[in-house]
Amino acid sequence: MIKLEDIHKSYKMGNSSLHVLKGINFEVESGELVAIMGSSGSGKSTLLNILGMLDVAEKGLYQLDGIHIKKLNEKKAARYRNDFLGFVFQSFNLINYKSALENVALPLYYQGVGRKERQKTAMELLERVGLKPWAKHLPNELSGGQKQRVAIARALVSKPKVVLADEPTGALDSKTSYEVMELIKEINNEGKTILVVTHERDISQMCKRIIRLRDGEIAEDFMTSNGAIKK
Amino acid sequence: MFDRDRWVEIFETIQKNKLRTVLSGFTVALGIFIFVILFGLGNGLKNTFQQFFLDDAENVLFVRPSRTSLPYGGYKSGRRIEFDNSDIAGVEENFSYYIEYISPRIFSRVTATYKTESDNYNNISVGPDHQYIEKTVMMYGRYINQQDLINKEKYVVIGRLVALDLFGKQDGVGNYIDLNGFAYKVIGVFQDSGGDNIERTIYTPYTTHQLINKSTDEIGMFAVTFRKELGHAGSIVLENELRKYLKEKKVISPRDPRGIWINNLADQLKQNQQFAGVLQTIVSVVGIGTLIAGIIGISNIMVFVIKERTKELGIRKALGASPRSVITMVLQESILITTFSGYVGLFLGILTLSGLGEKLIDYFITDPYINLNTAIFATIVLIICGGIAGYIPAKRAASIKPIVALRDE
Repeated sequence: MIKLEDIHKSYKMGNSSLHVLKGINFEVESGELVAIMGSSGSGKSTLLNILGMLDVAEKGLYQLDGIHIKKLNEKKAARYRNDFLGFVFQSFNLINYKSALENVALPLYYQGVGRKERQKTAMELLERVGLKPWAKHLPNELSGGQKQRVAIARALVSKPKVVLADEPTGALDSKTSYEVMELIKEINNEGKTILVVTHERDISQMCKRIIRLRDGEIAEDFMTSNGAIKK
Repeated sequence: MFDRDRWVEIFETIQKNKLRTVLSGFTVALGIFIFVILFGLGNGLKNTFQQFFLDDAENVLFVRPSRTSLPYGGYKSGRRIEFDNSDIAGVEENFSYYIEYISPRIFSRVTATYKTESDNYNNISVGPDHQYIEKTVMMYGRYINQQDLINKEKYVVIGRLVALDLFGKQDGVGNYIDLNGFAYKVIGVFQDSGGDNIERTIYTPYTTHQLINKSTDEIGMFAVTFRKELGHAGSIVLENELRKYLKEKKVISPRDPRGIWINNLADQLKQNQQFAGVLQTIVSVVGIGTLIAGIIGISNIMVFVIKERTKELGIRKALGASPRSVITMVLQESILITTFSGYVGLFLGILTLSGLGEKLIDYFITDPYINLNTAIFATIVLIICGGIAGYIPAKRAASIKPIVALRDE
């Protein structure tokens, strides 16, 4: 599903440049649940940005579902993001003046899906994450865990090939974190490929595979007990 | 691009962001409103000016005799010059190419009496042409005509205020009034936009005046209007030729600066028009200033609105919105708001102006108005500028990487 070969990325900081990713290689099969771990500065956010087509690698090959992702213009990147990827963010990033249902339906709007169809699909997904009664509520009327579940529903609504979650539990207490991770695991069990960026050990342990970054390189890449059992 | 879905989305956004909508809408509406009001008041000032100064026909020459200042042709200096009927006839004959209307103007004071009412008024004895020279507007009855001159009729045409004094609410036409002991029949009542003084005037046929005043054929002064096609330059030529002709006829030295006074209103007109031009410039500057203030206002609001929405736009982009769709969404929304509120401001401004009407006449503002085209043009300028002011930050916001925009807390 995802194939990375020798990905390099550096940022210019005035005169010097900061080499953030120093040759990343890995493959992710369809249906995997991968945690990308690392302390801050290890390059995990940069890697996620490249995976999410929000940033471009300087060197190396990135294949997503068999398609080469190279320097894309904004319009194409937007289309690919919409078709292939679903995002879940640490700070939820719901649009605060839209109801839960409208937030979930938004990616479908950008796919050109009709209004009725959008509402129906979005409602199904809200039901899937257990928030059907809250469909008409605004984000500020929801708890953190509920917000993140809305965000997960939104990430899934466009039926993406891969879901990218950037610290999905970073803003939640541990009980809620576990609930959200349970949801992510359930969705993964239904066959969705999910990449979770986190720095929390217990969260990463709930995934099937852990890729640990250190100073822009892969330090470890191993199956957890969850993954091992499954395989 | 113009599908229903997009507009539904925009209307929802507008509806759910009331503060933002009201803020930018109010700025535009206020800008247009103030523009319309100031421009209208400026035009009102211009109207007043025109009423004050541009009342008489602008192609008029007033010709007056005066004492000579040089001895000439056997006469001593200081000789009193007087016009008589033959002078008018001579001018009419010799200058028929130039002249449109000509009439004597003999000034006197009269005591007018009707029943118990009595007061003093200006009396000007004139010919029929005088109606056009003074731009007199008849309210009732008629003006003096040629037949009245020939028959030396004791007829009067009285001003609106004279009629009010003597007859109260009645128009008075057909009644007889007493002028210095002679009974005159009122044949007409006139109004004149030149002010109260003119409307307190009584016109009589000049031949009648001459008859009553010991059968002289003297006339005090006369006024002529020249054909408008001659323009300012033509009027100067006429003025010079007229002076030359009259000096010759009255045996006045060609070098005498006195003897014949000619007051050419075309000169005054030119000055007045220049002054009107200055007024127009002031009005325009005020208008443009207001418009610029409005543009700055809406630009500020637009920048603020986009700044506030940066994160939302980032989310939309991460969810698959293309930069173009982000920009068009923002612009369509702002253009919708500015167009609507611009129209509201326009409507309220024009409503206020027409409501003012004559209320500010004491402040030299008469009938304030704004040309609808000017107002619509200003509104469109404001909408376009608001659009441009929104486009630049919107384009920037749309080109920011979603991940950067999302970090913007």
